Amino acid sequence: MTVLELRDVVKEYKLRDGWQSRKLRAVDEVSFRLEPGRTIALVGQSGSGKSTIAKLLMQLERPTSGQILVNDEPMVYRGARAASYRKAVQMVFQDPFASLNPYHTVGHHLARPVRLHHPGLSRGQVDERVLELLHRVRLDPDFVQRKPHELSGGQRQRVAIARALAPSPGILVADEPVSMLDVSIRLGVLNLLATLQREENLGVLYITHDLATARHFSDEIMVLYRGEVVEHGPADDVILNPQHEYTRLLAEAAPDPERRLAELKR
Amino acid sequence: MAITTSTSQLPTDAVRRRRILPPMTLKLGIGLALTGLITLFGLIGPLLVGDPSAVRDLGLTPPGNGFILGTTQTGQDVFAQLAHATRGSLTIGVVVGAITLVLSAFFGVVGAFVGGWVDEAFSLFTNVMLVIPGLPLVIVISSYVPNKSVWLVAVVLAITSWAGSARVLRGFTLSVRSRDYVLASRVSGERRWRILLVEILPNLIPLLASQVVFAVIFAILGEAGLSFLGLGASGSFTWGTMLFYAQNGLSLRLGAWWWFVPPGLAIALFGAALSLINFSIDEIINPKLRSQTRADRKRWGMTREQLKHAREETA
Ligand SMILES: Nc1ncnc2c1ncn2[C@@H]1O[C@H](COP(=O)(O)OP(=O)(O)OP(=O)(O)O)[C@@H](O)[C@H]1O
Ligand SMILES: [Mg+2]
Repeated sequence: MTVLELRDVVKEYKLRDGWQSRKLRAVDEVSFRLEPGRTIALVGQSGSGKSTIAKLLMQLERPTSGQILVNDEPMVYRGARAASYRKAVQMVFQDPFASLNPYHTVGHHLARPVRLHHPGLSRGQVDERVLELLHRVRLDPDFVQRKPHELSGGQRQRVAIARALAPSPGILVADEPVSMLDVSIRLGVLNLLATLQREENLGVLYITHDLATARHFSDEIMVLYRGEVVEHGPADDVILNPQHEYTRLLAEAAPDPERRLAELKR
Repeated sequence: MAITTSTSQLPTDAVRRRRILPPMTLKLGIGLALTGLITLFGLIGPLLVGDPSAVRDLGLTPPGNGFILGTTQTGQDVFAQLAHATRGSLTIGVVVGAITLVLSAFFGVVGAFVGGWVDEAFSLFTNVMLVIPGLPLVIVISSYVPNKSVWLVAVVLAITSWAGSARVLRGFTLSVRSRDYVLASRVSGERRWRILLVEILPNLIPLLASQVVFAVIFAILGEAGLSFLGLGASGSFTWGTMLFYAQNGLSLRLGAWWWFVPPGLAIALFGAALSLINFSIDEIINPKLRSQTRADRKRWGMTREQLKHAREETA
């Protein structure tokens, strides 16, 4: 079981602007706690720092200040503890068209993490595990030999989810997993994620800019505005009783089928 | 849960194989055939002909009379010379191609992949090499080394020509390096060298191939130019040295076309053949080029404008 905690995490990027350099606070003193079995939605507009938080969690970036705690101990970036961290925390990327290597088959994408995190397995066992992963994301076994460009967006994202599940993580970071997909298949992918989350008792950080799905799929909602968490609480509270002006704006902009219908009838 | 499974039943019986090899077109076919023929001639030719430097008491003789391409002023067999010259020029092309591949991949790809001060240092070095002009360097070297071999000329040409490729490769590697699939393999804990070799490098292959082909063209033309100016390899045959001797022997004024046309034609054909191959590789790197050809437009019965418009509509 892995528990992740961010304490006053700040990430600043240096922007070079000719001769001068300017600092951009992409993440500003963010704190939260992610536990197994719970889903936290991270909501915010484009550029608010959502992906940066995901990158900090995936050790692709390091915090400028503040602490990331793993099971109440500071994050380690090298060596065996880092490897076991990578096994425990995995990520589904935003864009399924960019997150799979066009050169490699689906099988390669799934077999590599299995091999890396379970070095003892024989070739046959790895293949078996790959097929099992495909089955878990509702894809047929013959997808193993396909290349990414032969898949639809939804299928690609399923492969990306299967890849994230390959090391059997305890925590999954899903960075806008459906924002690049066609509206008609979004719900399918989200339902799949929810099912897997229940089956494996995953802790999920669900990053999105869509309040409606955030409310439906998560226990807590965190609203990010220009790198700062402006609102954090149980999902229904945040939606029904927004405190911050920006949340109110978001809630109004979110598609509400009933209100939409009422507007159309008028 | 019906929605969950619906996407896995989408028809995907489209092309199974990804195009790693360029599609076989007329362009590529002609390019490959010409390159193959010339290479074969360079490989086997020298074994079948006599001594290219043997002097005979014949003077200029036109083709026929026992000499397929006639003889030079001093009675040397032009066909034999052409065979050896083809081998010499191809050697230079291959050596320069190989050195360019190694140097540009090292300084361009590795530098961009490692990043930080290594990248800064590598790209500074690349930029310095980029502005060193080849011709003056060869002139300087030729004043120090009296007997230049084909190899020396090749090395000098390679050293002055890899930098451009390195810059192109660096730019592309920088863009590939930050793509999500590379980040994803970092997240899954892949080792750095494996990320470079298995995840990044395969995507660079078409670009590497086109850079190498370009380097070969450059080397062969460059060597011909140097030799024609009398700065080339001494004591060995290349297409350039043949032209140099033909020029010295006043072949043009004497109307001895069989002396200067064969090497000139060989250079032109080989350069054209490699360019055709390069165009085909470019089309894989940038598929937009493919639909811009006149043949395609004709097939669709559209003008360039209409095609462009249609593409925007469907994009
Ligand atoms: N490597 C970087 N260097 C400099 N600035 C960066 C870098 N990465 C992100 N930023 C900046 O940090 C801010 C937050 O970016 P981030 O990618 O986290 O946004 P986001 O919330 O994920 O947006 P989106 O919804 O569009 O994905 C942006 O203003 C972006 O320009
Ligand atoms: Mg993002």
